[in-house]
This record gives sequence, C-alpha cells and structure tokens, in this order.
Amino acid sequence: MWERVKTFASEFFVTGDPMIYGADASIVITMIGIVFGLTYFNKWGWLWREWLTTVDHKKIGIMYILAAFLMLFRGGVDALLMRAQLAAPELSLLAPDHYNQIFTTHGVIMILFMAMPFMFGLFNVMVPLQIGARDVAYPFLNALSFWLFFSGAMLFNLSFVIGGSPDAGWLAYPPYSGIMHNPGVGQDFYIWGIQISGIGSLMTGINFIVTILKMRAPGMKLMKMPMFPWSVLSSCIAIIFSFPILTATLALLFLDRYAGAHFFTLDGGGNPMMYINLIWMWGHPEVYIIVLPAFGIFSEIVSTFAKKKLFGYKSMVYAMMIISILSFLVWAHHFFTMGSGADVNAFFALTTMLIAIPTGVKVFNWLFTMFRGKITFETPMLWTMGFIPCFIVGGLTGVLLSVAPADFQFHNSYFLIAHFHQVIIGGVVFGYFAGLYYWWPKLFGFKLNERIGKWAFWFWNIGFYLCFMPQYALGLMGMTRRVVTYGWDKGWWEMNLVSTIGAGLMGIAFLFQVWQIVYSVKHLQKDETGDPWNGRTLEWSIPSPAPHYNFATLPQVTSQDEWWEEKQRRLQGIATPATKITEPIHMPKNSGIPIIMSMFWFFTGFGFIFDWLWLAIPGLVGVVVCMLIHSFNYDTDYYIPVEEIKHTEAAIRGVTS
Amino acid sequence: MKLPKARRWFASVAMLLILLLTATGCTEKMIVLNPKGPIAEQQRDLMFISLLLTCVVIVPVLILFAVIVWRYRDRKGRTSKYTPNWEHSTKLEVIWWGIPIIIITILAVITVQSTYALEPSKPLASKEKPITIQVTSLDWKWLFQYPEQGIATINYIQIPEDVPIRFEITADSPMNSFWIPQLGGQMYAMSGMAMTLHLQADEQGDFWGSGANFTGKYFAKMYFDVKSTSKEAFNTWVSDVKASSPALTLDGYKKLTEPAASEVRTFSGFPEGLFEMTVTKYASSHNHGLSWKDIQKIDKQE
Repeated sequence: MWERVKTFASEFFVTGDPMIYGADASIVITMIGIVFGLTYFNKWGWLWREWLTTVDHKKIGIMYILAAFLMLFRGGVDALLMRAQLAAPELSLLAPDHYNQIFTTHGVIMILFMAMPFMFGLFNVMVPLQIGARDVAYPFLNALSFWLFFSGAMLFNLSFVIGGSPDAGWLAYPPYSGIMHNPGVGQDFYIWGIQISGIGSLMTGINFIVTILKMRAPGMKLMKMPMFPWSVLSSCIAIIFSFPILTATLALLFLDRYAGAHFFTLDGGGNPMMYINLIWMWGHPEVYIIVLPAFGIFSEIVSTFAKKKLFGYKSMVYAMMIISILSFLVWAHHFFTMGSGADVNAFFALTTMLIAIPTGVKVFNWLFTMFRGKITFETPMLWTMGFIPCFIVGGLTGVLLSVAPADFQFHNSYFLIAHFHQVIIGGVVFGYFAGLYYWWPKLFGFKLNERIGKWAFWFWNIGFYLCFMPQYALGLMGMTRRVVTYGWDKGWWEMNLVSTIGAGLMGIAFLFQVWQIVYSVKHLQKDETGDPWNGRTLEWSIPSPAPHYNFATLPQVTSQDEWWEEKQRRLQGIATPATKITEPIHMPKNSGIPIIMSMFWFFTGFGFIFDWLWLAIPGLVGVVVCMLIHSFNYDTDYYIPVEEIKHTEAAIRGVTS
Repeated sequence: MKLPKARRWFASVAMLLILLLTATGCTEKMIVLNPKGPIAEQQRDLMFISLLLTCVVIVPVLILFAVIVWRYRDRKGRTSKYTPNWEHSTKLEVIWWGIPIIIITILAVITVQSTYALEPSKPLASKEKPITIQVTSLDWKWLFQYPEQGIATINYIQIPEDVPIRFEITADSPMNSFWIPQLGGQMYAMSGMAMTLHLQADEQGDFWGSGANFTGKYFAKMYFDVKSTSKEAFNTWVSDVKASSPALTLDGYKKLTEPAASEVRTFSGFPEGLFEMTVTKYASSHNHGLSWKDIQKIDKQE
C-alpha cells in the first residue's frame, strides 16, 4: 500500500528539482498564512459577501487586476530565469526540459493570464463609469467570466507543482504537442486551463459589446463616446469572432490527445498545418485584442494631460475599427516559411503591411493632440510618452518582418522575439500601466506616489531597451528562439549578457511598483475632489471611490468631453443645476453561483487532465446543476430606496442636503 | 539583383550603410548581414530597402514627437500657442493617411516582386547543374543524403562553391525549420512533406546552420556545419567518404530516429529510397503537401 502511495505521489507531484521544492514550500506557507489570517481576523464572511460573490463591476475589475499583477510576477520570474540561463554560454542553471516548460508558461501566462485579465479589469472598472452606466449589461455573467478566468489560471499554474508543466511553446504546435511526442499531462493542463478561461473571455466580449451599445447615458451618441469604450468595442468584436476558433482548436487537440482522433496527426489523415492555421486565426487577432484597449487608454490620457481635445476623433475610431477587421486577414504571416507559395505569401504580406497605415494614423493623431497643448508629465502621461517611441520602433520592425522574403531570415530568430516584445511591452504593458495609474485614484480614492512611480517608469524603460535592443542584433547573428543554451563559438554572449541585465532592471522596476503601492497605502494622500487630473470624461464627475450604484442620477450627455465642458460652463457661471434624486436605483444581487460553478469547471478540467472520470463527470454535473439553479432563481435584483441614495451621496460628498 | 532605376538610389544608400557597419566590424558577427550566397544577399538588400523606406516616415515622426513634447510642455512664461478646442484639420489628416499609404504601396510592390523572385522552390539561374541534398530533421540531429553522390552525413554538409544546391527537406520528428543564415532564409521541415529550397554559396568558407523551430529536449543541439569548398575538394571529400565510412543501413536509420543528439558522422551509402520512404511514411494514402511523385512530375516539366 505504502509503495503504491509513493509511486502515485512521485508521478502526481513534480519532483527532483530543488527550485520546485522551494516553490512547494512557499505555496503551502502562503496558503496557511491566508487561511490563518482570514480566520484570526474573522474575515471569511466579509470575503464571501464583499468579494467572492460580488457582481459589482468595479470590484470584479479590481480582482482581475490583482490576479493580473500576481501573474505578471509569475511570468516575470519565468522571464528572469530564462534570461539568467542565457546570460552566458554553456550555463546549466536550468535543465533543457525545465527551460522548455518555463518559456512555454511564460508565453501563455503573459498573454492569457496577465494581459487578458489586466485588460478585462480595466474594461470592468472604467467602461460603465465612462459611458454613464450603473453596471455592465449582464452582471451575473460578468462575475462568472471572472471566476472562469480565475479557475483556468489556477489550473494552468498548478501544472508547475502537480503533474508537470506544458513544454510545447505558447501555441502548442502539433505534432510536438500530440500524445506521441508529449505523453505527460502538461499539455492537458494547457488545454483545460486555456479552455476554461477562454469561455470566460468570450462571455466578457459579448457582455461589453452589449454594455457599450445599449447602456450609454442619455444623449451619448456613439460618436460622442469617449475613446476608451470605442477601443473596448473594437477589441470585443475581435474577441467574439476569434475566441470560438480557439475553443474549437483546443477541443480538437484534446480529442487527438484523449480520444485518439487524428485531426492534427498525419498518420490518420489529419494535418498539423490545419492546427497552425487555426491557432493563428485566433492568435493574431489576439494580439490586436490586447493592444486596441491600450490605444484607447493613451487617447484618454493624451487629451487629459495636454489639456486639449483629442485630435482627429473620427480618424481614431475608423483606424481602430479597420485594425480590428484587418487583424483577421494576416494570420499566415506567422508561417511564411512553411511553403505556402508566392501567391499566398504575397497576399498575407500585403494585408500585414496595410495594418501599419491605420496604426500610423493613430500616432499622428496623438502627436497633434499634444501640439499646441499644455503638457504635464504625471505618471500616466509618462507611460504614454514612453510608449510612443517604443511602439514606433516596434511598428517599424513589424513592417520589416512583413516583407515575406526577408522574413525567411527573421523568422523564429531573436529579431522576431525583440519585435513582439517591443510592441507588446511597449504597447500593451505600458498602456495598461498608464491606465492603472490614471484610474487608480478613481478606484481607491487616493493617488499613487508620483516620485516612486517615476523611478519605476525609468527602470522599466531603460531595462526594456537594454533587454530587447540587443535581441534584434542577436537575431541577425543567427540566434534562434527557444534554445536553452549556446556555444562560445557563436559570439552571442555579450549581447545576451546585456539583455539579461536589462531584464534584471525591469524586475527591479516591478519591485518599485509594488513599493509604490505599499508606500501610497501607508502615506495615504486622500483625493477629495474625485477629479485629481482635471479629467474630461464622465468618470471624473462622481466621487472616488465611486459608490456601488455609480451615478445617483444618470448624466445627460451633450458633447464628447462632457465633464470638461461642464467644468468650462461652471467657470463661466452657467452651472447645470443638480438633478434631484427622485427614483430608486435598480441593482443586481450578489450571487455565489459564479464561483461555485467555476469550481466545478476546475474539477472537470482536473479530472480530464488526469483521466479521472470519477472527478470529471461529477464536475460537469455540478456545472449543469448550477446553471439550472440560476435559471430558476427569480430573486436576482433589488432597488436602493431614494432615502438611502441621498444618505450615501451626502456622506461621500461631505455635504448635507 | 537587377534593380529598376527608382530603386538604385535606395540600393546605393543601403551599400553605404553596409560599408559603415563593415567598417565598425559589426557585420562580422551579424551573419545575416554578411551573406555568402545570392539568396541571402538579395534578402539582405531587401531588409535594407524596407528599412530605409520605413525610416522615411519614422525618423521625422520621432523628431516631431521630441519637438512637440519639448515645445508644448506646461511651464511658466511659455509663449507657445495653446488651442484647447482645435481638434480637426482635413488637410493634416489627408497628409498622414496619405504618406503611409504611399510608402506602403511602394513597399508592397517591392515585396510582391521579390516574393515571386525569391520563391524558394524556384531553381536558381546557373550554368552549373544543381546538386540535390535531401535533408531530414530527426530527434535531435540532421541527416543529409546526397542521392547523386550516394553518400550521407549527420550534422555536416560539404558543398561546392558557385553550384546551386537543391535542398529537399522533410522531418521524421516534430516540425523543425532548416536554416543556414549566410546562404539564405529558412524553410520548415515537416513530416509527410518534402519542401524545396534552393541555395548557393558564392565563395569558399565555413558556415553553420541550425534548426529554427522548437522540437523538444535537445533542440539546442541541432546545429550543423556547412563547408563550402572548390569543386575538386568537394569531389575528393565525396570519394574519401565513399572509401572510408560505413554505409547507413535501414536498422542504422531506425537507430538514428531514436531521440538523442549526435556527433558529426558520415556514411558511404544509404538504403535506396530512404528519403522517399520518410516522406510518405506518415501520409501513404492522403498527401496534403507535395508528395514525392508530385515533385518528380514538376522536375520533369521543368
């Protein structure tokens, strides 16, 4: 018996690496710490009522962002481990298998479990406030989306201590990701982790399209909507068209692995090329999905800190919509060298280049928003300033890569690695940071310390250029991606060393950000105005943090920068009289079903990964039961009485009425 | 590459840049920019032409960015204009939709032309009869077969200078990518398909190649040496291999397919039809890519 337990445990848990044992210990200690803390301070009920069952979009947004930060840490540690391994030739800090797992999880986590939730977090906290709504269209679905993402992410992360991580690269190309070459459970963790969170992403896409189209405040025509909701709309359109492709692709890969199907294996008549086409039909739009909202954020910030109307509003809207559509027509540029022939390559080279046009237009519009403005450099603006040159250079290398015959030399090399990190860090990460710094006071009612924030900014930027500029050179030196090590004879080590130092600086920058948050919480600079940056859009017209019903009375919108115009009118003495609170507010009730249902999904995924049907089947049954219970629950909403709203408003605005 | 007049200017500027890089010793290590064959050379020219074209937009934008940020920063006693409600100018917007459209159109024309010109399955123009090398990506080694010479090697190829080489590429392992940076761009190696890639070395020397698409544990060991020599030296090498190496047997091949890295090895012979067997082994009834027969047919037509 004992022997059997021992064999099981040695296969079930990842063993043999001291680093993993360290991780095991720290995970257990953290868990014990959390459970002890919650019990000691008697916070379980509070956690359940206020957070785990909440359907408030602001709280869900905060949970998304918190999870994204944790994943940024995990993905960042992976990155640092890789860079350490590559710092000098012939190092053996990481074994090849371990290294392969690390670059795979780094990619998956950064795109799907860091960028996506960070983005959804920003959608959640700001879209309803900017369009003058009290919630998203489907609050229950919104909570479910979050918990599905969360269980997917936890499932994926578990692979690192239980069963073994996936190691076939972030897009898991077959045949290497097939059962023949990859018999462990790592790829199954990959499939189920992404699958479960992917369903959540699709639902968020639907939710925000409906929210933006149907829930705008009276008078806010589409062409009067702020730029961030526009960018969210274009991103969500891409989500609803691309995520079903991902779901189908991973389902087919799962059938290949689990049921012996042959969709992607040659020997039964399938074809791995089909997978590569399918996965990039999702994968390419995906990178635009995450970068479009960043464009929206930059647009908001540029006009706020240049104290000027956004230049070329219509151009911006068209440019974003064009990008969202074109993103579906370029996928084959990820495999120009797969022998598709000149016709196909020429077509996809052209569509890829076309994207440069609307993207370029947006840069010009931002520049001319600043032109004849009054620019100040608070942290949100700093990140925008850092973004512009970084993205321009990244865009340039992107155009270089799109020249198909030249791509034969760039493909799979470090040149490519440098390019996509430049556009994704420069565009997406800088964009989300800008958004987070910009909206932080609205979320929490206090500003983050500017001085530490500037240190973080400079460390990030210097580190970034040190890390990735040498990688362009490495690509031209013939270094290919995903090599665990290289010889002294190649002459790559100086550039790699510099790159590793750069990565280290970015790691320090992240610590500055953590310190910035801790420091700002300790030395609370409360923001009483609700409008610390002298903003232009509706979210700044209400107190910070926003009350859970957002707007006591729905705002009437007459122009693009409604709040700015309102402030201008007030300066001229033509204040709009405050509308009286006369109607009770209709709000959704909290629900425990999203978290419970997602837990059942987690069990289902875990059961299929280990081929434990005794766990998978009850998991699926649980999911169905949760759906049934929810569909027969008619007690899902309530009204906040007028008196209570008046009372709350008086308390947060510090006035008595 | 023969350039039309309009592009000659760009090419000469590119040359200047290359000169500059060579002078600083940079191209020495940046092997992609230090090509040793016609394909890699044209690809490098293409890189420089597209770089210059994109710089036409990007450099002014970077300068404009710096100037605007400097000039319109908020400070005491500034004299620059402030126009908070200026939000539209058709003239300006036409300019910045227009310029990228023009640049991308030029680049598109160049790209399409060169995509057809550099299509890897297209034979190179040469008086010399091309030599065929059949490439198989194995776990984690490269097998090269010379069907005309009747020899085979592992992780090593020798080629004569100025002779076009016709690589036929497949895999008996997860997908890989075959890349000799100084001779030209890479081509995927996939089981069930035989991809064609034409390359040529213009001078003698030692280069190296590698696998560029991840294949698993010892992927990082899939480097191979490429030696370009005179035709005489190549022929001597072939007869040396013929005389002194053992032959590769079918059992020997099966051993090679087992997952392990390998040192350089040479074989005086190999089982007939081994490459064709590898290509068709996974796709006997159902060919998606070019099958061996299709390739033969195309060859006859040429």
